Amino acid sequence: MAAISADIVVRAPRRRWLRETVRRHPTVVAGSLILLAMVAMAIFAPYLGTVDPIAVAPVKRLRFPSELYWFGTDAYGRDVYSRTLYGARVSLQVGLGVALFATVFGLAIGLVTGFVRLADALLMRVMDGLMSVPPVLLAIALMALTKASLGNVIIAITISEVPRVARLVRGVVLSLREQPFVEAARAAGTPLLRTLWRHILPNTIAPVLVQATYICASAMITEAVLSFIGAGTPPQIPSWGNIMAEGRLYFEIRPYLIIFPGLFLSATVLAVNLVGDGLRDALDPRLARRM
Amino acid sequence: MFAYLVRRLLATIPVMGVVALFVFSLLYIAPGDPAAVIAGDFATAQQIALIHQKLGLDEPFFVRFGHWLWAVLHGDLGISIFTNLPVTQLIGQRLEPTLALTLTTLVVTIVFAVPLGVIAAWKAGTWIDRLVMIVAVAGFSLPAFVLAYLLILAFSIKLDLLPVQGYVSFRDGFLPFIEHLILPSITLGLVYGALIARFTRASMLEVLSQDYIRTAQAKGLANDQVLLRHALKNAAVPIATVIGIGIALLISGVIVTETVFAIPGIGRLTVDAILRRDYPIIQGVVLLFSAAYVLVNLLVDVSYTLLDPRVRY
Repeated sequence: MAAISADIVVRAPRRRWLRETVRRHPTVVAGSLILLAMVAMAIFAPYLGTVDPIAVAPVKRLRFPSELYWFGTDAYGRDVYSRTLYGARVSLQVGLGVALFATVFGLAIGLVTGFVRLADALLMRVMDGLMSVPPVLLAIALMALTKASLGNVIIAITISEVPRVARLVRGVVLSLREQPFVEAARAAGTPLLRTLWRHILPNTIAPVLVQATYICASAMITEAVLSFIGAGTPPQIPSWGNIMAEGRLYFEIRPYLIIFPGLFLSATVLAVNLVGDGLRDALDPRLARRM
Repeated sequence: MFAYLVRRLLATIPVMGVVALFVFSLLYIAPGDPAAVIAGDFATAQQIALIHQKLGLDEPFFVRFGHWLWAVLHGDLGISIFTNLPVTQLIGQRLEPTLALTLTTLVVTIVFAVPLGVIAAWKAGTWIDRLVMIVAVAGFSLPAFVLAYLLILAFSIKLDLLPVQGYVSFRDGFLPFIEHLILPSITLGLVYGALIARFTRASMLEVLSQDYIRTAQAKGLANDQVLLRHALKNAAVPIATVIGIGIALLISGVIVTETVFAIPGIGRLTVDAILRRDYPIIQGVVLLFSAAYVLVNLLVDVSYTLLDPRVRY
């Protein structure tokens, strides 16, 4: 008897919590679900009825979507369904990679410039300069220098995103260093690095995390733009931007070549944006009211 | 005011200096030897060395940077590797379509987005607000070229209302000029409009919660008076700021939009230059767009004094 009632007690609130979350934050839940689905799709792409995404079959070129080829085939006879599913891998790698690296470098630069006056004068001038080049243009210019590869795309987009994170972190650090608890820590003789690590860094996490989700979303779009204009990942890699770039020539007769990868890209970016909005609402109530 | 203007103008010099240094480094780091390209396929090592000397390619980095900067300040952006024409001339030829596209988009977007943001803030929490915000989030998430193809598919191919691609100068007729700009402007303006609408709503919400708004309403002012004269005026500075910062989105968008709609502007020039690795053109375009961006934001800064008489310099 006791065992059964304990069971009920444990289960009911959990289910209520779930229902309550869905009711109160429908967009965040929807975003998370889409994102989870995309991640699962990227990981299990080989087991989801796909064929080799780069296998060329000239006989079967430009077939319309059918039972056999769910999303049709492209100009080289490659299966667009398989290419789209594998494309999730590229987009997610770029999105997460750029978000991670831009955050790490932006945090480092922001922390240093917030505390060291000389570094501030020098580094922030460079950051201001980089920030006055529109990000996509900066990434394009950098890609023109190197050969097309996934790694280079991630590096180029990261460089164009770092200044904004650095500026954000610097702003937070500048306001934090005037706070009594930081002054107290300094007065108590805490070494600079330890102050940064224990007192400043934890307080920058919330705004940086929110910023990271938006960077992730915009990095995925930038990757697609780069690939679309021919300055991104090498053409043989099935990224969403590449599939659409190849579909450009045939758009008027085979619109599905652009529509399927376009929908997947938009859905993923939307999902990340929704999760970002939810994070912002949860972590920064003041900002949440404003937006 | 004048002193502020001068100070603000001077402050752009270090920023543009960093941009110039970055842009010059592009060519400096770029793979390939310009002398070998100029000399042609049958040049001897000696001939290449001679051109090296003539162009000053053997000199140290900062000496070359100095020469290059001096030329840029005199309006010389170098010679395109591929077409052998001056970069300034190539950019000049492409200026009109890009200006036409960005300016119409800028005006139309602001005219639509700011009122939408105001209405969303006024009706906060209602379905109108929700709808505007959903469209705004969707606007952030829909990449420009996906939207462009959806628009072409709907309005040009299925409904046959608007031309698929191309650009017609306003000198060749106003109606075709506008017809060719409608879809590109929507494509280019959506993200920008989403940003402006969201920000307008946010700053209006902040202002609307102030005491003087309640006072204005309590003394029986009409809603439009409260909204426009009391609220929007006070929310104008942050809105102007985001209009300026958002220009970066327009510039990035121009490259994609001109590619999709086959508009022979600077964006298209950029893409062609990238595919051919024509570094002098890439340099010129990055420099031009960055200067435009910095200039617009300078103007926005100056406009604060007009928008808000409390701001004095």
